[in-house]
Amino acid sequence: MKRIVKKHPLAIRWFHWINFPVLTIMIWSGLLIYWANDVYRLGWGDKTLLKFFPQSFYDALHIPFHLSTGMAFHFFFMWLFFFNGFLYVLYTIFSGEWRFLAPNRHSFKEAWQVVLHDLHIRKTAPPQSKYNAAQRIAYTSIVVMGFGSIITGLAIYKPIQLNWLCAICGGYEAARIEHFILTLGYVLFFLVHVIQVILAGWNNFQAMVTGFETEKIEEEKSTAPEIIETPGT
Amino acid sequence: MKNISDNTKRTVQREIKRRTVISFSVFFLCVACGIFLFARLYNEPTSADNVQPTLRKALKVNEKIFSLFYSKARQAKAFKKSDAVATVRVNGGAGMDGILDTATWRLKVARAPGDTLTLTLDDIKALPKTEVVFDFKCVEGWSQVTYWGGVRFSDFMKKYNLVTQSSMKYVGMITPDAEYYVGNDMPSMMQPQTLLCYEMNGKPIPQNQGYPLRLIIPVKYGIKHLKRIGVMYFSNDKPADYWAERGYDYYSGL
Repeated sequence: MKRIVKKHPLAIRWFHWINFPVLTIMIWSGLLIYWANDVYRLGWGDKTLLKFFPQSFYDALHIPFHLSTGMAFHFFFMWLFFFNGFLYVLYTIFSGEWRFLAPNRHSFKEAWQVVLHDLHIRKTAPPQSKYNAAQRIAYTSIVVMGFGSIITGLAIYKPIQLNWLCAICGGYEAARIEHFILTLGYVLFFLVHVIQVILAGWNNFQAMVTGFETEKIEEEKSTAPEIIETPGT
Repeated sequence: MKNISDNTKRTVQREIKRRTVISFSVFFLCVACGIFLFARLYNEPTSADNVQPTLRKALKVNEKIFSLFYSKARQAKAFKKSDAVATVRVNGGAGMDGILDTATWRLKVARAPGDTLTLTLDDIKALPKTEVVFDFKCVEGWSQVTYWGGVRFSDFMKKYNLVTQSSMKYVGMITPDAEYYVGNDMPSMMQPQTLLCYEMNGKPIPQNQGYPLRLIIPVKYGIKHLKRIGVMYFSNDKPADYWAERGYDYYSGL
């Protein structure tokens, strides 16, 4: 038979599913802005490996000539992005959820073992609670990145009124590059995250909607509680 | 014993199903609401000033919030003259048709309706000169360290005794052909780096950079630095603004 094991608190599910479309809108409107001065590339000297971004990419997403639209959306949805992230951090601190999310002193060693395990190089994964060591590092990094986006974003937005912030970022142009790289980081995170969620399967995915996972238990163990209120180990 | 176990099994199965159905129903309802709200926002008619009215409201709220923190004392970072670029980017031609002749050009300062002060370039040049080397920032995202010389707007206001005018909220500027026009808030205009500018890189500004007199206002994006000033006026209402009418933020403060 099955039992219900609670996994994600309701608040975290809300924060997660609000953040996803809001960040998507921030990246889309950011692209509309970036297009107006699309000077970044991967390469050296005259050699360009990858231009950010190829014309076909812009055309496919209808990016060109929407700078004012991009700015208007960016400077509206920035508030949602900020408050949602801010409340998420407060929630994780005060609810104690941070204990499952923050890396500890074993995480960096274990994260490597998780990566080896996921790549089918290592047979066993290290023991974990709600999140494994790689997840702890990834989910904490993404919060730090969000903080970085706000800092670099403000430095670009008000480089004179917040000149100290702009200076911390290494100047106006540096802040713009950092803001851009952080965004590439989100896209990379998104790709890995989606692949991992697909590999982990339906039970894991649906928990981000329902809040619980179902777990098969042995018949003779049926005296164990069927609904577990705290996350399993 | 077996019966109880089967009952429990069924109860748990039912509970899993019940919670799953409720959660996913709420989830899809929220997704639908989100899509509906975004589509409504995106498709709001933008006829008036080329931006969705809700987003214009948000820009105005941002303006209020960030003008609370505005301080005239905070200046654009000063650079050395040697840091300034020799080739200054030209990015806009609105209001700049034809060659302007200073023999006929006059700066018209509308002190009040029916009371216009008319000045020549020499009148402006007679005032103390101030130089500014700063990182000029375009709304498009590029920036350039550029070197300008002219009269501080605040010095100009003092010299011509425009006291009541400087207590008004906005300064409007229009090119001689009225094709380009901007409005700037008074606190930004009175910032000590804001110039009525007639020199670039130590020489008279070229025609395509706004000869004979242009605005340099480092606390704003380039769209607010009107080239070739024809008329200047004062108002408590927001003066018409070329790029604000085309969907950009009116404030555009940095």
